Amino acid sequence: MSRLTLALSLLVLALAVLSLVLGPADIPAAEGLRALLAGGEGPVPLVMREVRLPRMILAIVIGGSLGLAGAAMQGYLRNPLAEPGLVGISGTAALGAVLTLHTGLAALWPLALPAGALAGAGLAVALVMTLAGPRGGSLTLILAGIAISAMAGALTSLVLNLSPNPYAANEIVFWMMGSLADRSMLHVWLALPLSLLGWAMILPLGRGLDALTLGEDAAGSMGVSLTRLRWLLVLGTACVVGAGTAVAGAIGFVGLVVPHLLRPLVGARPSALLGASALGGAAMLLAADIAVRLVLPERDLKLGVVTALVGAPLFLHLIYRLRKEGL
Amino acid sequence: MTLLSLHDLSVDLRGRPILADITLEVGRGEFVGLIGPNGAGKTTLMRAALGLLPFTGHSSLCALSDAARARSVAWLPQAREIAWPVSVENVVKLGRLPHGTGTRRMDEAAVNMALDRMALKPLRHRTATRLSGGEQARVLIARALAQETPLLMADEPIAGLDPAHQIATMEVFAGLAAEGQGVIASLHDLGLAVRHCTRLVLLAEHRVLADGRPEEVLTPERLARAFNVTGYHAQSEDGPVFQPLRVVRDNDPRD
Repeated sequence: MSRLTLALSLLVLALAVLSLVLGPADIPAAEGLRALLAGGEGPVPLVMREVRLPRMILAIVIGGSLGLAGAAMQGYLRNPLAEPGLVGISGTAALGAVLTLHTGLAALWPLALPAGALAGAGLAVALVMTLAGPRGGSLTLILAGIAISAMAGALTSLVLNLSPNPYAANEIVFWMMGSLADRSMLHVWLALPLSLLGWAMILPLGRGLDALTLGEDAAGSMGVSLTRLRWLLVLGTACVVGAGTAVAGAIGFVGLVVPHLLRPLVGARPSALLGASALGGAAMLLAADIAVRLVLPERDLKLGVVTALVGAPLFLHLIYRLRKEGL
Repeated sequence: MTLLSLHDLSVDLRGRPILADITLEVGRGEFVGLIGPNGAGKTTLMRAALGLLPFTGHSSLCALSDAARARSVAWLPQAREIAWPVSVENVVKLGRLPHGTGTRRMDEAAVNMALDRMALKPLRHRTATRLSGGEQARVLIARALAQETPLLMADEPIAGLDPAHQIATMEVFAGLAAEGQGVIASLHDLGLAVRHCTRLVLLAEHRVLADGRPEEVLTPERLARAFNVTGYHAQSEDGPVFQPLRVVRDNDPRD
């Protein structure tokens, strides 16, 4: 294990513990952690196991997924501006979820919203692979993704436009800002298996992504199947982004900023960036979710708002640094 | 032993014939210079042989599995792409990808050998994307050498190098051939091609116009027909010398 992996793991661990001991219910840290491990009757174990634990697990799973998918997408497209949402999966998943809110399905059946988001993610994969083709260059994938994102965005706006009353529109807008508040273990069991499946598809792509550093021709001649790589990347991204959007809404900037931030620390090798970015993404989302609870706790600050507020200036700084290097 | 055998290979791109019925064999110990005017199909021929382009006919390399082909031939594309600010050593190490894991000591030896051959040892820990264009080209050649395949195919490997590194690279390729490997390189510098290649293949008019020892291939008639130039060709004490001289205008149908 490299020093960076160790440092990031320790950071994730520390933030995870911090995430567990923070919350509106005033529970002393030691008592809360003991109740979490020992269980038992009463409100304290209930809060720890059913409220705070799922929130902490989801932050790690979704943050890690976004970091991993972002690193893989940047490696595949050989572009530091790429992010998991680029191929249109986040937008379409959000549209699917918004439709269930609009139609009232989400109120009738609690699993309708995640199901709608996953259906959206699946639709995005079908569309992007049909449009861009399994063999085409990276540019066609980007263009197809932009077209699909634009379409999904327009349809989401249409749904908002047609919402019957301001409360319905409000509900949709707030959901789209992304949050991990009030999630249960049910959400964990929904997001975790799908995310693990996505990780299993993306993590072994390191070799192929390394080879792609030298371009598609050179990678192809080094025994990398570009068709297989593209399918695994798009399907894996759909799994992790679909699962994340289904339970937490749209959370931006993690998949864009984290790989960018960690790239210099791993010698810029795409394969080394995958694991580091997953850990970094988990740490960033845990930190953002802690910030949500510390800053304006009474105003229900949304997670996606915080990641964007932190991510955008960070990104501007990175661009500035990149420009100074004359890249 | 043959390292590459093409039989009746034809390529059409967008309905236009690029190459028609190319039959070619390259064996161990050969350094083949692939020459021809712009647009003759040199790159297309090599990419089709590797299976990177759709074609009709037979290519022995394309018949192999992806993994087996990656251990049989190293391909150096013309576009010199290094996407990330990776160290020189790590770029060269990429050449070891087809050999899988568990060959660490051999990997290290191959990387060292490749860095040494391309005189890159002093640049080993530098960031590849911050090097000059010519230095990057040498790094990418070293990557292909580290792949340690019986056959090396390179698309204009010496374009943009300074004279010393052009000659040094041609000598490295000739050295590989002398050691029993095969090298195919597309070249525009006919002078260097004549001096270092063991064989020239002249592509023009969608086919192999001539194939043989350099002095046999570069006759005045073929120079005029394929390149529209005249050339000076002589044997000096220091080996063969070739210099293109003038453009021949009369047999250019576009005039």
